[in-house]
Amino acid sequence: MTGAELSSIALAPLIAALMIAATPIMLAAIGELVVEKSGVLNLGVEGMMITGAVCGFVFAVQTSNPYLAMLGAAAGAAVLALVFALLTQVLMANQVASGLALTLFGLGLSALIGQGYVGIQPPRTPKLDIPVLSDLPFLGRAVFSHDYMVYLSLALVGAVWYFLKYTRAGLILRAVGENHDAAHALGYRVRRVRILAIAFGGACAGLGGAYLSLIRVPQWTEGMTAGAGWIALALVVFASWRPWRVVLGAYLFGGILVLQLTLQVVGVRIPVEYLAMSPYLITILVLVIMSSGRARASLAAPGSLNRPFFASG
Amino acid sequence: MKRRHLLASAAVVAGLAFPAMADDPTKAGFIYIGPVGDHGWTFTHDQAREALEEHFGDAVETSYVENVNYGPDAERIMTQMALSGTDIIFATSFGYGPDVNNVAARFPDVAFEHATGYIQEADNVSLYNARFYEGRAVIGHIAGKMTETNTIGYIASFPIPEVIMGINSAYLHAKAVNPDVEFRVVWVYSWYDPAQEAAAAEALIEQGADILMQHTDSTAPVTVAQDQGIFAFGQASDMTAFAPESHLTAILDVWDPYYIDRVQAVMDGTWEAGDIWHGIVDGMVGFAPMNDAIPEDIRAEAEEMIAAISAGEYHPFTGPINRQDGSAWLAEGETAPDGDLLTMDFYVEGMTGEVPN
Repeated sequence: MTGAELSSIALAPLIAALMIAATPIMLAAIGELVVEKSGVLNLGVEGMMITGAVCGFVFAVQTSNPYLAMLGAAAGAAVLALVFALLTQVLMANQVASGLALTLFGLGLSALIGQGYVGIQPPRTPKLDIPVLSDLPFLGRAVFSHDYMVYLSLALVGAVWYFLKYTRAGLILRAVGENHDAAHALGYRVRRVRILAIAFGGACAGLGGAYLSLIRVPQWTEGMTAGAGWIALALVVFASWRPWRVVLGAYLFGGILVLQLTLQVVGVRIPVEYLAMSPYLITILVLVIMSSGRARASLAAPGSLNRPFFASG
Repeated sequence: MKRRHLLASAAVVAGLAFPAMADDPTKAGFIYIGPVGDHGWTFTHDQAREALEEHFGDAVETSYVENVNYGPDAERIMTQMALSGTDIIFATSFGYGPDVNNVAARFPDVAFEHATGYIQEADNVSLYNARFYEGRAVIGHIAGKMTETNTIGYIASFPIPEVIMGINSAYLHAKAVNPDVEFRVVWVYSWYDPAQEAAAAEALIEQGADILMQHTDSTAPVTVAQDQGIFAFGQASDMTAFAPESHLTAILDVWDPYYIDRVQAVMDGTWEAGDIWHGIVDGMVGFAPMNDAIPEDIRAEAEEMIAAISAGEYHPFTGPINRQDGSAWLAEGETAPDGDLLTMDFYVEGMTGEVPN
């Protein structure tokens, strides 16, 4: 790897591409963060994302309105998430198994829904042209030349941070996640809080998926999320359940994906396969760490994460 | 997760005990690596399947399964097709080779047609392929003439001979008309991954490419080209609708005549395993309408090259050509033997970068 090759990489477009690549996983991860903060582990992120991708696409084609389609995507994925809520919160099924099943189900369902939509072009979402800011020399290209969802996702992270840290409802949600028995004793509705959190997580994952099918590509293909949901899951743990670290992690993971391609273009010889594998390796590592009790505590995982709640007394 | 467009399997299995009657329709089965709506490779095969139905009417019955993975999936589906009385099975991707031969060995009475393959272990396995490098030579010429940044972006799938010979052919002909031209190649390790192809297209454009070529099947790269105001060549089918201003032309895969021919042979009982590699002259490789953005003189040169290749007067790989490391491959005036092309694992001289392992 020589300096000449690397110095030919323009930084501004790279940052711009990285922000776009990071957006879908950031959206899905911030939703999953809220779910896990409430003490539920939903491994169905991939399934909810792909369902959001196809629902958004169908809405966009049918209504010709890409903004409405985002809402449709969020709603579609939230409905799927409620299936998970029904299984784990009402029927008390195992969360890990239900989450995995949700992913498989979502992949199949989306393929079914999307049958007639392959190879169609959806209405386009324009990039924002912000007065003054978009014309700034470096930042204009790198940061201020994106579609609205990029900024919305960052705003959402900020909102989640504020919600969890400064609002009463956020405090209740965290209490439910840290110790559901204590929260229950205090009179909080553990199950209701969790169901709402799961629906919110689904909606966010749906937005992330629709970002892929409506803005990033824009096209519908079976399995087009291609593992983004798993990366989002790893991201939550990587961020040790702190919203702002989700942004950092998303940019890091998004950066790997983008940099991999750019390095190839400028002719740096890199082992593409390994780089492409790296987000998944990190995911596996993180899941292994999470399954051990002591490591889990040191990562500041919510105390009741993945523990079933039976209301007693 | 994979959609199965098979006939109701129960009804189908019931039929296996009875060999096809004389006036039964001839059954043709297709397995596809991608979705029929990819507007690329799989789309063209499915168009040809529809052409079969149109040509033969009730005399033929077709079925297809899309998104079939290489390996056990493909083998299972072909077995099911063979059991259900399918007379001829078209396996339309390179990687089905071992699966086709395994199934063919078990069903000697079924005709198997394998696209772009090289394994022929049973005498009921036929191979067919198109000389896409002929098309790539033409688009290479156009790209070399039209690039202003002297940088051509190439989105490649897997480092297999088919793809490598395409890159070499395009490069040689761009270089012939523009000595300063440079090719940037990105390997996305997929035949069909719109998100990754779009990202690769963007990375190439950022690094100065003003014309894109692709050896992947989605319309994502031409869409990106359209958005960013640069030019691109479509793949396999006419992708003009996805990039009206940017789409210069596309190399078309035209399977209809071959499929009709082979199904006819099955009907006549004259089907025999063959191994063909057809080019522009046989009509298997075609071109989408050329965009008005291509200047008149360049279009005329392109047409001239197409005519010369068709007439057998010109072979896109005509020496002297050296390998990338400088060693001699073809001597002056020598044309590439098919065997060399089908096992090509090296770039020609002047290409930068390395072929991944």
